[in-house]
Amino acid sequence: MSQATAVQIAQEPEIDFRELDDIIEKEYASDKENLIMILQAIQMRYNYLPRPALTYLSVKIGVAYSKIYGVATFYATFSLEPRGRNIISVCLGTACHVRGGERIRERLCESLHIQDGQTTEDGRYTLESVRCIGCCSLGPVVKINEDTHGRIGSDQVDKILKQYE
Amino acid sequence: MKIRSAADLEKISRQHQKTIYRPQALKVNVGMASCGIAAGAQKAFEVAIEAFKNDSDVEICQTGCIGYCEMEPLVEILSGGRPRVIYKKITGDKILEAIADYRNGTSKKKWILGQIRDPRSVLETDVANPLDKITPIEAIPFLEDIPFYKYQVKVALRNCGYIDPDSIEEYIARKGYLAFINALASTKPAEIIAAVKASGLRGRGGGGFPTGIKWATCAKHSGDRYIICNADEGDPGAYMDRSILEGDPHGVLEGMLIAGYAIGSRQGYIYVRNEYPLAVKRLVSAIKQAEAYGLLGEHIAGSDFSFNVKISKGAGAFVCGESTALMASLEGNVGRPRAKYVHTVEKGFRNSPSNLNNVETYANVPAILYKGPEWYAKMGTEHSKGTKVFSLVGKIANTGLVEVPMGISLKQIAFNIGGGVPKKKSFKAVQTGGPSGGCIPERFLDLPVDFQRLAEVGSIMGSGGMIVMDQDTCMVDVARYFLDFLKEESCGQCNPCREGIKQMLNILTRICAGNGKQGDIELLEELGSMVQKFSLCGLGTSAPNPVLTTILYFREEYETHIQKKKCPAGVCKALFHYEIDAETCTGCQVCFRKCPQEAVAGKKKEPHLIDQEKCIKCGICYEACKFDAVNIC
Repeated sequence: MSQATAVQIAQEPEIDFRELDDIIEKEYASDKENLIMILQAIQMRYNYLPRPALTYLSVKIGVAYSKIYGVATFYATFSLEPRGRNIISVCLGTACHVRGGERIRERLCESLHIQDGQTTEDGRYTLESVRCIGCCSLGPVVKINEDTHGRIGSDQVDKILKQYE
Repeated sequence: MKIRSAADLEKISRQHQKTIYRPQALKVNVGMASCGIAAGAQKAFEVAIEAFKNDSDVEICQTGCIGYCEMEPLVEILSGGRPRVIYKKITGDKILEAIADYRNGTSKKKWILGQIRDPRSVLETDVANPLDKITPIEAIPFLEDIPFYKYQVKVALRNCGYIDPDSIEEYIARKGYLAFINALASTKPAEIIAAVKASGLRGRGGGGFPTGIKWATCAKHSGDRYIICNADEGDPGAYMDRSILEGDPHGVLEGMLIAGYAIGSRQGYIYVRNEYPLAVKRLVSAIKQAEAYGLLGEHIAGSDFSFNVKISKGAGAFVCGESTALMASLEGNVGRPRAKYVHTVEKGFRNSPSNLNNVETYANVPAILYKGPEWYAKMGTEHSKGTKVFSLVGKIANTGLVEVPMGISLKQIAFNIGGGVPKKKSFKAVQTGGPSGGCIPERFLDLPVDFQRLAEVGSIMGSGGMIVMDQDTCMVDVARYFLDFLKEESCGQCNPCREGIKQMLNILTRICAGNGKQGDIELLEELGSMVQKFSLCGLGTSAPNPVLTTILYFREEYETHIQKKKCPAGVCKALFHYEIDAETCTGCQVCFRKCPQEAVAGKKKEPHLIDQEKCIKCGICYEACKFDAVNIC
């Protein structure tokens, strides 16, 4: 994914380790059992899981880096690469699928010139497909950041995308 | 204030019954579950809050899912001494007009879904109906008479849409926590387990294991026992657990408390999907409130029983709905299931006895205890007691959440409640049980829905998702879709599941691309049977179900794909094209304007033509044509 790499080089964030300490120690008591939620908090802060943060976490809670890597790659939520400013989650749950969710995804791919899981060159959008966000009555559904757009047709895709800078 | 007894609950209840049933001010309840918010409820809510911020005569409140998702956003308006009216499709500024309409005597009949006859929950039979002496509005139907609501009995959903989910007091006002406090004061744990057994309640997450037996087995094993709530609702197309958590989080907490007391546990966990942020938010607030009232914590109501609940968020793995995988994930590990020679009720989370039930199962427990197991067991069929919540979605007129007694027929659910297939299309199948279930064809529509009967036709109850499919749904593509899902979600640990699903998917992808070969169907059946028999966990053993049931009931559709290289439903892109019928086309130019590829040509009022070279088969013209002139060929 050359586009994603380009973004990575441009946007490698500074890791504030004191801030990480707050997440690991204060919020999650440095407890190994909270690993998944700690990773979620780190991703919430940096929009992805930066490697230096993970190596730091490994020492801090005494879990091997390989295991953290295993968890981070097992669960679909986590990304090891920087993501765009706007996360587009196109729902491909069954209800959305039978109502044309796949077509919406194709339209998104065409409009943005990226594939599932990729980020646009300008870092504006990341396209991800998700399996059911539980708004089945509104299918097909696309969630952009925290906004859910329901009952959309393929022809509305561009108009919706424009709302997100 | 800490709750010490039923009398304390009664005090709160009396106070807050007024706010939910006989408010002084005009009360506006906006249905604010995730789906309502997505349909525009948040905006409407904010508009109303802003408009009435200085007006003490109008109170704008939130409530959970009112159920009839097709009509969302739904807004209920009530005031003491007047009927309760539900307005439908209230987006943005329309809420102000709806409020004005209610004040001026409800003349916008087209905006109104219905009026409520009886707002009480199933637990409130000893309370008078607050609407008893109120004259109903003429020419507005009662909600309870509308086909969508007519057949429903709300047990697990008893409070959804009736209370503010962020208010423990409103939950208490509808007899909340009473079953638990009474049990704590005067019922022995073994008696509770016996009652749950007698009710016939079976796990609502999919497996249908008898809840009482599970509780009894867990209580038998010694160690630090754990009560775990499975809120990792992964089946695509099912969202009842989300709605319950968002609309009535205390109902689930009370169920867990009762289980904790009956089994002898002091720690509960709720494992929630990461995709449900609102459910997590409402649970966090519910737990804080319950702690403040002393309903969670140490020495609850002055007894020896202590119980705490912690929330753990999943991170997007379908397999974590499986009990052993879920427990591995709770421990901060990769969510891989293990073989269950030793059951989790003996050695589960942290290698200790763990009782895992689904959200809906817990939500049923307080009602069973309060009303008695006989009451619950009266509903349903011989082997499946009580009610079940279904999410009715897909190609259906009235999408939404319905709770019906077990044993009701598929036809009643899909047609009487769901209103059948919209846009004059024909019904093809209903898919139940998510990726582990199957597709049930029209000829089995009279089938009474219960655990056994669904299994007999090759499907399962699952968590209750019902996805209706019409003539435009390709059954081969549906099978391919589920396997694609399962291939992504297989944890990869055992060979039959990891490799078997992948090979089956390859064959299906090939068929959908027009490269199907003679013998593919038989090979799919053979592989399917192998994956079923030899996989380690439930994900693998049930994975071939969508393929095997579609082959069983829609074999000819597979054959058409393989032999004639055609997809009659117009889904598999390599196997069909669109054509405009010159006779039917009116030349209205809608497709011409909407086509993103400029593939449609034609003058106004003259038949149009599709340039097959340019056409990407996006289906926009097919959906847009009001005259059915675009055909699948």
